[in-house]
Amino acid sequence: MAGLIAYGAYVPYHRLARTDVAAVLGTKAGKGTRAVAGYDEDTTSMAVEAARGALALDGLRPRIGQLFLATAAPAYLDKTNATAVHAALGLDEHVLAADMAGSVRSGLGALVTAARSPVPTLTVLSDLRTGLPGGSDEIAGGDGAAAFVFGGHRNGAPVIAELLGHDTVSDEILERWRLPGSPTSRVWEERFAEEIYVSLTGKALGAALDQAGLDIGAIDHFVVSGLHARACATVRRTSGVRPEAVTPDLTGAIGNAGTAQPGLLLADVLDRARPGETIALVVLGDGAGVLLLRATEALTTHRGARPVAAQIAAGSAPVPYATYLSWRGLLDREPPRRPDPEPPYAPPAHRRGGWKYGFVASRCEKCGTRHLPPDRVCASCRSVDAMTDEPMEHVRGTVATFTVDRLAHTPSPPMLVVVVDYDGGGRFRCQLTDATEADAVIGARVEMTFRRTVTASGVHNYFWKARPVRTGETEGTDG
Amino acid sequence: MSSHGIRDRVAIVGMGCTTFGEHWTRSADDLLIDAVGEAVTSAGITIDDIDAFWLGTQASGVSGLTLSRPLHLQYKPVTRLENMCATGSEALRNACYAVASGAYDVAMAVGVEKLKDSGMSGLSGTTMPGAGDDSRGEITAPANFSLLAPAYAAKYGLSEEELKDVITRIAWKNHVNGARNPRAQFRKEVPLERIRSAPIVAGMLGVFDCSGVSDGSAAAIVVRAEDAYKYTDKPVFVKALSFVAGPADGLLDPAYDFTTFPEVVASAQEAYRQAGITDPRAEIALAEVHDCFTPTELVLMEDLGFSERGQAWKDVTSGAFDLDGSLPVNPDGGLKAFGHPIGASGLRMMFEAWLQLRGEAPPERTVRTSAERSLALTHNLGGGPGECVSFVSVVGSQLTD
Repeated sequence: MAGLIAYGAYVPYHRLARTDVAAVLGTKAGKGTRAVAGYDEDTTSMAVEAARGALALDGLRPRIGQLFLATAAPAYLDKTNATAVHAALGLDEHVLAADMAGSVRSGLGALVTAARSPVPTLTVLSDLRTGLPGGSDEIAGGDGAAAFVFGGHRNGAPVIAELLGHDTVSDEILERWRLPGSPTSRVWEERFAEEIYVSLTGKALGAALDQAGLDIGAIDHFVVSGLHARACATVRRTSGVRPEAVTPDLTGAIGNAGTAQPGLLLADVLDRARPGETIALVVLGDGAGVLLLRATEALTTHRGARPVAAQIAAGSAPVPYATYLSWRGLLDREPPRRPDPEPPYAPPAHRRGGWKYGFVASRCEKCGTRHLPPDRVCASCRSVDAMTDEPMEHVRGTVATFTVDRLAHTPSPPMLVVVVDYDGGGRFRCQLTDATEADAVIGARVEMTFRRTVTASGVHNYFWKARPVRTGETEGTDG
Repeated sequence: MSSHGIRDRVAIVGMGCTTFGEHWTRSADDLLIDAVGEAVTSAGITIDDIDAFWLGTQASGVSGLTLSRPLHLQYKPVTRLENMCATGSEALRNACYAVASGAYDVAMAVGVEKLKDSGMSGLSGTTMPGAGDDSRGEITAPANFSLLAPAYAAKYGLSEEELKDVITRIAWKNHVNGARNPRAQFRKEVPLERIRSAPIVAGMLGVFDCSGVSDGSAAAIVVRAEDAYKYTDKPVFVKALSFVAGPADGLLDPAYDFTTFPEVVASAQEAYRQAGITDPRAEIALAEVHDCFTPTELVLMEDLGFSERGQAWKDVTSGAFDLDGSLPVNPDGGLKAFGHPIGASGLRMMFEAWLQLRGEAPPERTVRTSAERSLALTHNLGGGPGECVSFVSVVGSQLTD
């Protein structure tokens, strides 16, 4: 049986209140909040966090055959971003890692490609929506990521949602577009595309239902995603599904995460769908696409470790609008009088990729001492070259001591620094993120998260930081 | 123990030290020329009488040419070395060993640093090269040393407020001393409340908890002990030189608790062994210690054996380490008030020991303990909690019988 075998979602911790935007700019106040990637996050780091959730299932990582990263806000051009995700996840070097980048519709493309693929495929949808201050992309946009593993072909993992049918319709429409380098997209008068999208959706939905041998009334969860909010609303209202099947679009709480939106909405439905229920995922944008899935019994025991609703509920108090603007590079703040941060150097970053991207430490085979970063000589018994790899990304720890560095170079001062003692041994000093000064205390529990620490000389530096374990959250991911 | 020490085998017979501070009009070359000139004059010799040079600087020059070029030294050996903030002490240690070995009759140790030209806050040079993969999570020096504060408070049951009072008093004491020192960078007493309420730099540390960023240079001339009285009536004899580089596992090993520098404990014990000291608090007349940040000085009082574990904060509060206390610490103002030009600091500490043991410190700063005790200690470290290098010297005005 082919279908979905795992999923994970990542909603960043921070929120921006739309009323704050209006208050600062003197515009009409919108309602609710949007999710905001931290100053130390981008589509690559968010993709890693979502994928870690999807790969929490024991033994799943070694079975992944290919990885696609879909985003409209790639951290790099020319250079592949999926390889950083690949490295952070510690996937085998023979696993294909490729970007599907540039358009919002690449999320649909990655999902359909994964669903059709004969090898277990990890597909990650990640997006970071930025607009000019006060513009609709800024206010209605959102940031986040979602990851899905399709497979079930001879790999032993239980299918949690069977693929019943799918279809895509492609159409070249000048509806929304953005020139490379522009911070914001432009849209045609919206009534023009509305009718087109409704018609295209009808075609795709009809074809997928025919393939599955289902009537539209059989759909239990109707997920409609797209940046054309008006067309999405019309589709929800007029497509003929039972009204109670239409799912919430979450834009009030986290905004519309573009490429990642269908993923986040699908993950949210999977968090609560019951076995046997049918899910239709509809994606509008330069055409329409439909995936029809049916939840299996296995879903109840293999849901995502961090439900979307829980991540929404765990969001921070809204960050000030000025803070958001400076994180996005739209408001330059005075830097500290310190030397500029250095970028990572390519050879050492490559030599130590297991540590830098995978957070793989070492453990002495002779005396059992853990070393972060990995060492060749044991700090305890001084054995030489008697180490085994010790993946640490899922290991939690306790703060031994801490400081707040108000002089250090950071895009969001002050820098919080903690010395973490890990459960099971080992210590590392690192930054604390998604936190306030009140979270930096001796004895605090922390877990690790993959971040973009700084961009220096045009090079992104990715590494791991600690973040507080928040009450109500379950254990994170596993290797 | 196969470390033999060179107790009483060499003596310092001349020293020089520039004022430390913001030398906008003077270069590292100028500072070197001034410090070397003063040292040579005080020993009653000329630069040509010096056989070999050890120059310490962290970021103000590379190679022996850093010294030979401005002084136009005539084909003499000059070694440039670096051991982070213990660089100046390391220059002295190497010069002393060179003379003790018999290789040279007269050696000079010089330290220099020019920090203010960079326009940066704090250290501008590389303090600790990262792995190159940029995964070390570098933090600033005050943040690094501020890691001591919450750990010390938690271990010994002080509230953060109480600990802030203690470190504030350390800063206050060193400013009182620096105010009496014409060569110090900061020459004003600072009220406790102003120190306590100053803008925060890192953790619990305000700007007055940090050593001065300054320019400066200091130099010492070393000869064999038996030759010392040819140069001066008041030589200072080297009793102990102890230096260790730690295994740097405090940031790896959860057993390290951030309330001590094991490197300092090790180097102090070795120095006391070399010097034959059993009760440093009672035997030493004064100590110049590496108060880069105020919590450092607090912890050092325990690591150097001046206070029992967990008791230094009480000794600080009671004034034991004040200028008129039972063991004056940093009577010249320390790194805090004298300033901290990296490569020069270790030799600046020795300069204060030199003045005090020879009775040449100004009366308002002369420690009364020097009337009955003839030993001084200098302590100089580089790095930070969990991974550092540490130097301890003991020097004295008398030869042991």
